[in-house]
Amino acid sequence: MHLGFLTIFWRDMLRFYRFKTLLISSLVQPALWMAFFGIAMSSNFNRFTSELPPLPGVPTVDYLTFMAAGVIAMTTLFTSLFGGMSLLFDKNWGLMREIFASPLPRNHIIFGIALSGMTKSFIQAIIIMVFGILIGAQFFFGYTVIETVLAIVGILLFVAVFSLGFLFLSAAIAISLESPEGMQGIMTLLTMPIFFASNALYPIDAFPPALQAVSVINPLTYLVTGIRYFAIGDDFQAIGIHYQFTPFQIVFAFLFLVGFAAVMFAIAWWRFRKAVVT
Amino acid sequence: MTEPIISVKELFHQYGDFTAVDGISFEVSEGEIFSFLGPNGAGKSTAINVLITLLPLQQGSATVAGFDVVKDPEQVRESIGIVFQDVTLDRDMTCREILEFHGNLYKMPNAERKDRIEELLALVQLENKQDTRTKNLSGGMKRRLEIARGLMTRPKVLFLDEPTIGLDPQTRMRMWEYIKAVNREGTTIFLTTHYMDEADHLSDRISIIDKGQIIATGTPSELKNTLGEDLIYLETSDGDGTRKILSGMEMVKHITQKPTGIVAMLNGDGTKILPMIIEALSREGIRVSTVNLKKPSMDDVFVHYTGRELRDEGAEKPSMAVTRAGRR
Repeated sequence: MHLGFLTIFWRDMLRFYRFKTLLISSLVQPALWMAFFGIAMSSNFNRFTSELPPLPGVPTVDYLTFMAAGVIAMTTLFTSLFGGMSLLFDKNWGLMREIFASPLPRNHIIFGIALSGMTKSFIQAIIIMVFGILIGAQFFFGYTVIETVLAIVGILLFVAVFSLGFLFLSAAIAISLESPEGMQGIMTLLTMPIFFASNALYPIDAFPPALQAVSVINPLTYLVTGIRYFAIGDDFQAIGIHYQFTPFQIVFAFLFLVGFAAVMFAIAWWRFRKAVVT
Repeated sequence: MTEPIISVKELFHQYGDFTAVDGISFEVSEGEIFSFLGPNGAGKSTAINVLITLLPLQQGSATVAGFDVVKDPEQVRESIGIVFQDVTLDRDMTCREILEFHGNLYKMPNAERKDRIEELLALVQLENKQDTRTKNLSGGMKRRLEIARGLMTRPKVLFLDEPTIGLDPQTRMRMWEYIKAVNREGTTIFLTTHYMDEADHLSDRISIIDKGQIIATGTPSELKNTLGEDLIYLETSDGDGTRKILSGMEMVKHITQKPTGIVAMLNGDGTKILPMIIEALSREGIRVSTVNLKKPSMDDVFVHYTGRELRDEGAEKPSMAVTRAGRR
């Protein structure tokens, strides 16, 4: 088996570690989201929802716990969407020529960059979980050690498949474009609907039908569902909404993300085969 | 005679309506230093990019190291080393990491890779810079590191696209020494350059390329000999009369009109012929105001074949990122 993708992975991680500003900002940024947005919003939401009569017999989770899952998802989305950016810089600085002129099969470039993006998302997800629990998010509440470990593995599996999908997309865009500014523009355009038409920060139940339709085909919704299932449980209430997940829903969410990643890989593979770098 | 290591037949390449390579054919024998000499935009880099499989072959055929660039691009890639025209080093990787990365791209086994890195760092004298990030290297060191990288996998052919562009004269001379040393070890070298002196100094054979076509091929001395042994430049009081007299002389091979004077290629030793010419002119009452005698240089060869000077556009070339879209 050709392990060439590890070479691409190694270089991208080397750069990630070496650019201290990039390293530190990408580690601190999700914690800041939790610290500022999380605490500010949860104090507000908790005030509104305290008026609502709780459903009897259903455990209630506060807003910080509810949105911590959304912050993991959001961070994964952003990190993955920008994960392909380094390919664009490599292309513009001529570094991609060395790789394209080497015997390394081109799909290994996609795999390598996806693997490093996924690793970064893992690191960030773990930081958010740890930091979230430190500031009061009730993740893995009442779980045994083994349940906690399994839950973390479950979360990372969801994060992995989701991040691969968006990293493939990001790589496809990067190899097709000339300018980092253009890529930045496309990314901003994509993140808006994906992030806000999802259940990351608030329930989608009250969305108008059109927005609900978007949220149903939105991979982020399925990632958030998966994370909440593993981190909080299959039956809880938050912001006055009763959440119940069946194993079937979770399997479906996972398969949806696998399908999304597969389609995105097909697109990336097609773009890479067509790409000419001189 | 063994098989040529590079063989190109009727290669065409177009970018939209623009024909960058217009039907070139040539062969490179194993072990030689072969140069493409021509101005920027002549099609040199396009031709090289097709040979190294970065550009698709549009028309014609090409084999490198015995492999067809269309049918066996993988084998071609494994057989060659490349030093690109612009610096293609990650600024934030160290010299050693650059070579590690390259070796891994080519699936070099660990032990062999480590040995080769030591060997090459020594060859290009960068041992004490091995843990320096490339952004802190001088231009000449970067180029040397790129040559080392190109040699990592012991390629049969090393492609050098404008290897000394932007380097100071002393550094260029040292680069030439490295290139010759590499060639002596048995690596065939394919070089593109727009520097006359570089092609002249380094090459076993040169193809002069202009507007996508090869207009002359030969050893440096063969090319220069087509211009005769010596060239003289004359400014006289009567241009037409001078031309008439010169064209009647047996030892004058060819006459070229210049804006203010005449260049004559001679069949024999200029130091002997020049006095005869001046004497013949003065018999007709033509006064010579300026005279210059020189051996033909590659510049003269280029002017002879293309009818114009080779412009050194190297200094005007804007940074790569800006010109990328239109780069050839």
